[in-house]
Amino acid sequence: MEEMILSLRGIRKSFGDAEVLKGISLDVKQGEFITLLGSSGCGKTTTLRIIAGLEQPDEGRVILEGKDVTREEPHKRDVNTVFQSYALFPHMDVASNVAYGLKIRKVPKEEQKKRVKEVLQLVQLEGFGKRKPSELSGGQRQRVAIARAIVNNPRVLLLDEPLGALDLQLRRQMQLELKRLQKKLGITFIYITHDQEEAINMSDRIVVMNAGSFEQVGTPDEVYHHPRTSFVAKFVGSANIIHEEGKTLAVRSENLLFAKQGASDKYCVRNGAVKEKSFAGGLLRVVFVLEDGTELTASRHGIDTDVREGEQVKIGWLPEHAVEVEDDLPEEGTGNPGTGGRMPREKLEAAELKGDRS
Amino acid sequence: MSRPASGAAAGKIGGAGRRSRGVWLTALPLYLFTIVFVAGPLVYMLVLSFQTKAEGWGVEQVFTWNNYLRILDPVYLDTFLQSLKLAVSTTLLVVLIGYPFGYFMAKLSQAWKRRMMMLIMIPFWTSSLIRLYGWMILLQAKGAVYQTVRFLGFDIDPLKVLYTYPAVLIGMVYALLPFMMLSVYSSAEKMDWSLVEAARDLGASPMKAFLSVTLKLTMPGLLSGVILTFVPSMGLFFIADILGGNKIVLVGSLIQDQLTRGADWPFAAALAVVLMIMTTLLIFLYQKVTHSTELEGLF
Repeated sequence: MEEMILSLRGIRKSFGDAEVLKGISLDVKQGEFITLLGSSGCGKTTTLRIIAGLEQPDEGRVILEGKDVTREEPHKRDVNTVFQSYALFPHMDVASNVAYGLKIRKVPKEEQKKRVKEVLQLVQLEGFGKRKPSELSGGQRQRVAIARAIVNNPRVLLLDEPLGALDLQLRRQMQLELKRLQKKLGITFIYITHDQEEAINMSDRIVVMNAGSFEQVGTPDEVYHHPRTSFVAKFVGSANIIHEEGKTLAVRSENLLFAKQGASDKYCVRNGAVKEKSFAGGLLRVVFVLEDGTELTASRHGIDTDVREGEQVKIGWLPEHAVEVEDDLPEEGTGNPGTGGRMPREKLEAAELKGDRS
Repeated sequence: MSRPASGAAAGKIGGAGRRSRGVWLTALPLYLFTIVFVAGPLVYMLVLSFQTKAEGWGVEQVFTWNNYLRILDPVYLDTFLQSLKLAVSTTLLVVLIGYPFGYFMAKLSQAWKRRMMMLIMIPFWTSSLIRLYGWMILLQAKGAVYQTVRFLGFDIDPLKVLYTYPAVLIGMVYALLPFMMLSVYSSAEKMDWSLVEAARDLGASPMKAFLSVTLKLTMPGLLSGVILTFVPSMGLFFIADILGGNKIVLVGSLIQDQLTRGADWPFAAALAVVLMIMTTLLIFLYQKVTHSTELEGLF
């Protein structure tokens, strides 16, 4: 078995009556880039704080390099955090902020200077050593926070939505830089985000979190193409959830086709009305309402299509694009295991389906 | 790249430089008030301290150094020393009790913060003199303080509780403690506690994190608390008078004595000037030692 740098074993945590973590377990390999993906309040920050030692789990164990550190104080763990708010010391200049961890560990002065210089170079902040955090821009502060953490060469670096406060362009640029940095340093990253694009772009593995549990742990490809539950399908792939004969199917919007009439018998087809059309991010999104009230969204390239709002259309998808998932809506019960078979479908003529798969 | 960097500093400097005539006019009453009620009396006191006491009652317009030379008399020097000793020990005790109090108060929930604030403020609804008489009752022979100390198993002379140095110290600490609590609290309240977590995360023990982050960031509150304690404690003569009897003479009592019973205004003025210079120098020294320039809610 491969050596795990960090393991979580059945971690539970409650704040008052609210159970924030419901028994989560995870194994992280050396050098891995792991992302905890979930919406706010799903417990991802609490997970990170428990790894850092800033929070104590009610149950479960945290194992760092084979050693149980569950009750170990934060300053004794070889783990560093990049905080969401950066938490830079306002009374120290950039160099002192970065040198803080080294100074605490009584690294010799000369060595401190050398390493601070190296790290500032690495995050492209040479010459900023004498500035105060209040004199930096958001992106620069962010880099200082990263520099302050990686200068200590931690076994694991925890990053709590580090790019959350930055604008889109800077965020994209920093995503690439962080990934580059992680590869170069070989440090294990545990990264928190609520942005699925960010997670897919950067991670080796993604942990999709929902209401204090891990919904699915897998590579970006697995999570995107083979979602285990309807939550993962919706959250990561923005997929449509279709209930059919006791099964729950997930079809991503780009695989959903529509036409005024007709389709080949290769397709599963439903009847529905066009509810609304909108153009965003280079894609046209069309929302349909099926006869049973289910809403489906299809996306395709272009800025408009010939279907009008209110018009009755056929909506179809290829069976191989429908992934059977577990339904995690409590009133529906958990889905049945096993892979989805062929779905019954209406037979329609192939020639008339205006499919525009992307 | 440095645009946001200089923002904060430039704002201040620019604001001062661009002061228009309108601003001057609105500030004028403030200047007038300060000149008439602060600078005026100070200058008058300084002038008075170089004049001569008239026979009987009043002041003669004759220049002299004598008032200052008189202070060098061991009796008066000793009074200064006593005052300084009391002020320093009062301030020290107030820091030791007030700092933790303000620090922990900032960590309470909103509801409890309000309740604690209420508890601190309630005593101010009564005259401080009346509260001091309350302490007299507590400290009197065989009073509540004596009973408590006896109960704890210490044997003390019932007549040696009131009118002693510790009694005066208790009164001083009691009177000045709220100022320290509140100024430390207002500093600690503004603190971003995630900075302490960051320090712990970077390897600092709780003590180290406190010393390198919390203490540094609450220094403005501590400093203004020290000034609010130290300055008045050099002059709060009525506490020493009431709780110390006539045994403990402070510069404050001495000045009051010279003004009323002695009717020696120039000497009282000279004492006041020396007291003021001493206090200012000590605060200046304190600021140098702690490297603090910011003050919480002052200046």
